[in-house]
Amino acid sequence: MDFFESLLDAWPQLWSGIQITLQLSLGGAALAFVIAVALGLSSISEIGVVRGVSRVLVEFFRGTSLVVQLFWLFFVLPQLGFRLESMAAGIVALGLNYGAYGAEVVRGSLNAVPKAQWEGTTALSMPWVTKMRRIIWPQAWALMLPGLNNLMVMLVKGTALALLIFLHDLTFVVDELRRTEGTYFAFGVGFALYYLISLGFSTVLRMLERRAQRKLGLAPTKAQTAQATAGAVA
Amino acid sequence: MPTDNPTGGPADGSTSGDAPRIVFQDVVKKFGDTVVLNGLNFTVAKGERVTLIGPSGSGKTTILRLLMTLEHLTGGYIYVDGDPLTFEERNGKRVERKPKDVARVRRRIGMVFQQFNLFPNMNVLENITEAPIHVLGRSKDEAEARARELLEQVGLGDKADAHPTQLSGGQQQRVAIARALAMDPEILLLDEVTSALDPELVGEVLGVLREVAKNTDITMLIVTHEMQFAQEVSNRVLMFDHGRIIEEAAPDVMFSNPTEPRTREFLQAVL
Repeated sequence: MDFFESLLDAWPQLWSGIQITLQLSLGGAALAFVIAVALGLSSISEIGVVRGVSRVLVEFFRGTSLVVQLFWLFFVLPQLGFRLESMAAGIVALGLNYGAYGAEVVRGSLNAVPKAQWEGTTALSMPWVTKMRRIIWPQAWALMLPGLNNLMVMLVKGTALALLIFLHDLTFVVDELRRTEGTYFAFGVGFALYYLISLGFSTVLRMLERRAQRKLGLAPTKAQTAQATAGAVA
Repeated sequence: MPTDNPTGGPADGSTSGDAPRIVFQDVVKKFGDTVVLNGLNFTVAKGERVTLIGPSGSGKTTILRLLMTLEHLTGGYIYVDGDPLTFEERNGKRVERKPKDVARVRRRIGMVFQQFNLFPNMNVLENITEAPIHVLGRSKDEAEARARELLEQVGLGDKADAHPTQLSGGQQQRVAIARALAMDPEILLLDEVTSALDPELVGEVLGVLREVAKNTDITMLIVTHEMQFAQEVSNRVLMFDHGRIIEEAAPDVMFSNPTEPRTREFLQAVL
């Protein structure tokens, strides 16, 4: 078949594009997550200055264009003496931008953990780290995953901007293919591949979400499901 | 009269073996413009069980929450065993204490809440062992052995692996009591611990608390509407109205023959 022959021919190119897109996605997501957690936790700090700084950073990176941030990192920073590789610039821009959005998700989720839970930790004299790590975070985690999942899908699509700083990512490759294989094929394949990559990430995050909810007793555990099924069968 | 005697929290902050367990000295608590407590003084002796009664909004729960450091103390001082809790007097000035110092004193206090506040990300056993392991630095084995012992005491020896959501309200509250006791508190604060329970579950929780009262010398501050329970367990009852103690007496006197008309009126409404 014509289509599959073309796909087979184009696959080496596409695969190299996919790899760049995946690197940007994973690198960007990892950095964004670290930034989101750091800024999210700072935004509920009892220390006013920490809260303020976090607020300013979130507003700045959320409120300015990703493309312009990318250009700053890639074209302006070298003039100031910091040279970043294309890939590094791409990852940093994605990390900062989506990290700022993620910080709001983290903050909202922490605030959504019932006040009673925070008070419970105080009544047991838990120090901050214990309180956060053992009690509050695991509960907030279940709440923040849907929001983070959303951002992850947006980040994957945001990686397409990397072609502006000369990375040969999936979008770049698809655009190349347009010349040799025609628009229908090239953009059709582009659609499908972005969708599959996004689907892959969001499936993993959905699994994490279900696991986190199970731990909170919000979704049936395997044992309970087995029990319920056994009951139904009997 | 203890209400007339706010001393025992030495101004120099030194710990005295004879210091009362709890001293409220000129305590003021405001929420915005609303004054809930205005210059409250009272003292609780070691091992004493004191029940706070009064209409809602009279400041009873606020007193427990101030002791647990869940609320900011607007004015005055609270002493635990002579040690200032959140504020201290230094060179004639009222100074907030460092979080580390607050934590050291607070560790002697435990609290059971109206809504249980069990941690949903942990099973029953973990709920109880979490703080002993991570706050008191006990070994896992030691903490678990003690937790199982406490679960037996509250009649839930078979529920160690259960998830809190699998338990009834009464069972959850008994776990919460075990969790508080696992920290070996000197003071136990009970904040309307049966108010969120279905009537048929109240008895099991009060039964457990009676046992705790009988078998330990933990100082207890109790806010409750269960007057029968208050009468059995407490040494002293304080009647609050508008953030002031308007009457205090031994429970049998308070419940059978109160002096103040306001107390009589209140008790008639709830009994």
